[in-house]
Amino acid sequence: MITWQSVPETKRFIETEGAAEAVHRCFERIKQNDFNSFITLNIEDALSVAEHASGGRLCGVPIAIKDNISTHGIQTTCASKILTGYIPPYNATVIERLEREGAVIIGKTNMDEFAMGTSTETSYYGAVENPWNGRCVPGGSSGGSAAALAGGEVPLALGSDTGGSVRCPASFCGVVGLKPTYGAVSRYGLISYANSLEQIGPMATTVADAALLFNVVAGYDKRDSTSVKKQFDTTEPLDMKGMKIGVPGEYFGEGMNSVVEKAVWNAVYSFEDLGAEYKEVSMPHTKYSLAAYYIIAMSEASSNLARFDGLRYGHHAEEGDCHTSFSKTRAEGFGDEVKRRILLGSYALSAGYHDKYYLKALKVRTLVKKDFESAFKTYDMLLAPTMPYPAFKLGEKIKDPLSLYLADVNTVPINLAGVPAVSVPCGFENKLPVGLQLIGDFFDEKTILQAAHKFENSTDFHNRRPGGE
Amino acid sequence: MITTSDIEHISWLAHVRLTDSELKEYSEKINPILEYFGTLDEVKEDVDAAHHVLDLYNVWRDDVPSEMLSQEEALSNAKEIKDGHFKAARIL
Repeated sequence: MITWQSVPETKRFIETEGAAEAVHRCFERIKQNDFNSFITLNIEDALSVAEHASGGRLCGVPIAIKDNISTHGIQTTCASKILTGYIPPYNATVIERLEREGAVIIGKTNMDEFAMGTSTETSYYGAVENPWNGRCVPGGSSGGSAAALAGGEVPLALGSDTGGSVRCPASFCGVVGLKPTYGAVSRYGLISYANSLEQIGPMATTVADAALLFNVVAGYDKRDSTSVKKQFDTTEPLDMKGMKIGVPGEYFGEGMNSVVEKAVWNAVYSFEDLGAEYKEVSMPHTKYSLAAYYIIAMSEASSNLARFDGLRYGHHAEEGDCHTSFSKTRAEGFGDEVKRRILLGSYALSAGYHDKYYLKALKVRTLVKKDFESAFKTYDMLLAPTMPYPAFKLGEKIKDPLSLYLADVNTVPINLAGVPAVSVPCGFENKLPVGLQLIGDFFDEKTILQAAHKFENSTDFHNRRPGGE
Repeated sequence: MITTSDIEHISWLAHVRLTDSELKEYSEKINPILEYFGTLDEVKEDVDAAHHVLDLYNVWRDDVPSEMLSQEEALSNAKEIKDGHFKAARIL
């Protein structure tokens, strides 16, 4: 059975054994597991930082960072051939904040190439195994971060969530993952995929640890023009008595696994036992979210990824003039799914199709956001399944892109609206974890984290470990 | 319905060279996705487009220099540099 350590347990270990020993054990576990959860390990630097750790809320605590977050001096690839060998000359804001609090960066985690995927199978560095079942995917795109947590390799990790990329792998690997409100966490140094949708999100094995990590990385940053001037404190306890919970029927749609559905309803009844009241609510534009999300994400991707031309960084193929050289560089450097999204995004933005696809999707975003605004006039929180089913088999969906996109049906509306949501373990199906999604109002991370914490305390799903009975 | 020649044109626009077999495969796999995107035609409500979800309009800062990368740092990942500049292929 794999053992996990929460942040408080890690801190107690550090007090007696030292931070360098804690870091050393992480590397041992990574080697032993061999889940392919990391692309780059930061061994020498991490041990040296740990030896000199001397203060902060995360003093000496090891953390894994998704490989699309810029780390000064540590290779950052976005799991793509095109960025292999790229060493960022600066840190993302979240990395500066982690270092300020004494955290030790263990390495960079595997992911879907440029965060485009739901299974972490599109990585140039190979797929990641789900620690609960090595034949299953860990979810994506932050699959390496989730597998590292579930495999007991690290107590904390950062992911990024554009359409569910923190919550899906958290659900599939039985850990906690938060997608913060758009604008809550600085995106400075996050290599953009779809910048109007994505947020860097904390991942951990307990809700309290995820909340602590959120409190460390959140807050205004002048280097991100979409960062908001707000202060976040999620530590104040919440009284569940009389809390109003909405359960959107549209999130229990066709193709939903019946055990997942039952686990989520049991969670709703647990909240009732804790003193909350629930009602079913309708979010009528949910069914259009997936198409609108993919059109917007692909359109933004086609623009954001135009910067990868091999001239200033990354893979470079030389042939003829600029156009020929760029086209060859990108043909060799990008994988299949990235090319598909660039092509679809370019098509959706091209003359004659802009209004039909892109503009229409932006209008649907307004309608989806209105659904949430209207729901939060009545309810304090919404509950839904994170994913319609548990982790699927490696190779099961990768050849049919549309079927893979459909897996994101319950996570993408949250990114379109910009509201926060956290996934926590709420059951098991066939020895694979099931995730519950708690969705909050804009900038109300506190309510969903405190409620998730109460739910966690009233259940034992978070105490189960891969390999245990 | 998107054709192989449409894909060829888009790949030229997007600077991604495709092989003949890729052109064929993308044409086959992209059409069902576009068909799915077409479900948005059912939405008849005309509302404002949301380019992002925040109540932000213009974001200003004072026009003063701040911390920036040195020339050496900016060039540190380039495969080809000449006289302190990025070296690019000819344009014409």
